[in-house]
Amino acid sequence: MLNLRFLPVWQRNFLVWKKLAIPSLLGNLADPMLYMLGLGYGLGRLLPDIGGVPYLNFLAAGTVCYSVMNSATFETLYSAFSRMHVQKTWAAILNTPLGLHDVLLGEWIWAASKSLLSGIAILIVIWGLGLQADFFMSLGLLPVIVLTGLCFAGLGLAINAISPNYDFFLYYFTLAITPMVLLGGVFYPPSELPDWLKVAADWLPLTHAIALARPLVLGHLPHDMLWHAFILAAYGVAGFWAAFVFTRRRLLR
Amino acid sequence: MPATLSLKDLHKRYGEVEVVAGLNLELAPGTCHGLLGPNGAGKTTTLRLALGLIEADAGSIELLGHALPGEASAARTRVGVVPQADSLDPDFTVRENLLVFGRYFGLARREIEAQLPALLEFAGLAGKADTRIEALSGGMKRRLALARALVNDPDVIFLDEPTTGLDPQARHLIWQGLRRLTAQGKTLLLTTHFMEEAERLCDRISIIDHGRLIAEGAPRELIAAHVEAHVVEIDGEDATTWCDKLAERYCRRCERVGETLFCYTAEPQALIAALEGMPHLRYLHRPANLEDVFLKLTGRDLRD
Repeated sequence: MLNLRFLPVWQRNFLVWKKLAIPSLLGNLADPMLYMLGLGYGLGRLLPDIGGVPYLNFLAAGTVCYSVMNSATFETLYSAFSRMHVQKTWAAILNTPLGLHDVLLGEWIWAASKSLLSGIAILIVIWGLGLQADFFMSLGLLPVIVLTGLCFAGLGLAINAISPNYDFFLYYFTLAITPMVLLGGVFYPPSELPDWLKVAADWLPLTHAIALARPLVLGHLPHDMLWHAFILAAYGVAGFWAAFVFTRRRLLR
Repeated sequence: MPATLSLKDLHKRYGEVEVVAGLNLELAPGTCHGLLGPNGAGKTTTLRLALGLIEADAGSIELLGHALPGEASAARTRVGVVPQADSLDPDFTVRENLLVFGRYFGLARREIEAQLPALLEFAGLAGKADTRIEALSGGMKRRLALARALVNDPDVIFLDEPTTGLDPQARHLIWQGLRRLTAQGKTLLLTTHFMEEAERLCDRISIIDHGRLIAEGAPRELIAAHVEAHVVEIDGEDATTWCDKLAERYCRRCERVGETLFCYTAEPQALIAALEGMPHLRYLHRPANLEDVFLKLTGRDLRD
């Protein structure tokens, strides 16, 4: 299974993306930027510093993770569903020597690549505004972005595999993505939550992504680094595995 | 020469339904082999089994010397597939579709570029290399799907209803293409609902129903073996009453379908003479064809 046969699948998606690269990047950038700048400046002015930093600086890391999550999720839900279900692209590829694991691996790494671009775009804004405490420390965000992208791409592919239509994705957004955005620590430290909600937030992968990203922006090493990385990897791998099982049941039976 | 594809005592069950129920099939190299059957007879499932996409419950599959599904990937490097549903990439031009697809076979861009002109010429799409898919007609799309199936220069090509939904002109173009492929020594496995298509193109035909092989042979052999040489179709208000009274005298076998009567006979002269005296009945005299065989063997009931 460890070979480069997934690469043509990745290349296919890249070739499509290249045609619409500019609007796609702008789209990826606009939404998180508006959150970060609108809330950071607007709300930030009314708030005291959090842990000694202005609200905008606090918000920066959350915005990176939120943007990466969104990008990986949209790619593996709507875009992947079009390829799998509407355009029958996957079925066509399965008639070639490639197997389902090659297709899914290509899609997984593609979605992570695309979300890496989204993350880097936000990171450039952060650097531009000088929101990071230490430039070299903030480079540590890159592996966090990759891991977060793989995590949410894996989960997204699993949801894609069991989805009967586009409308189904709304459940995932309502039941998983929105709670993560609101409880995972994008807008405030999860330590502010009551205990019972904190327990819930601890189960959410976005919480762990932000637990890694925020200290790196604010200039210190995260606590329990390996634990957070492990949680993200575990969600991603479990999602990918579920995606494989359910997509096989869907397409190859 | 060993068979290109050999299916032995193949079984595949979905829940309560045994979709493939002990199917045997041998595909001789360099021939065009037709797989016919009503909807739900197990044709598409058979194709998917033969490609190693799904696992059989029992039986053995050998494709180009590879045991399936274990060696499916190796076997599929030498196979081209024209699927039933158009799965061309709508985001790409004609050229990009072929380039991207060739890469799935591990071909380098250079290799694919080198054979692009020949593929486009074959598909009658020369000059359309940079056209986007949505600008192509239905016939052009099918031809591109055919060209795409040839991008790896396969030894055997599976075609699942390649001409469904096409107008006669487009269909004839596809037929010419398929004839050129068999002339080049390629082996074709073709499923179709058009008996005329099967009769024209196929060297050998397997008719399957309920997952079993019910007849096999060259088109002419099948016609000779299963139906009388002549068919007279009779239409008119009292065609059916006429059938009850007189048909047996003139023909060996007679079938009523609505208001139409199908009379099968080896010697139609007496029947035609009798019909000449009955101007209120319209009739059509024609040689028996594969559709008559198909309907006799699989029945006239609708399948969905």
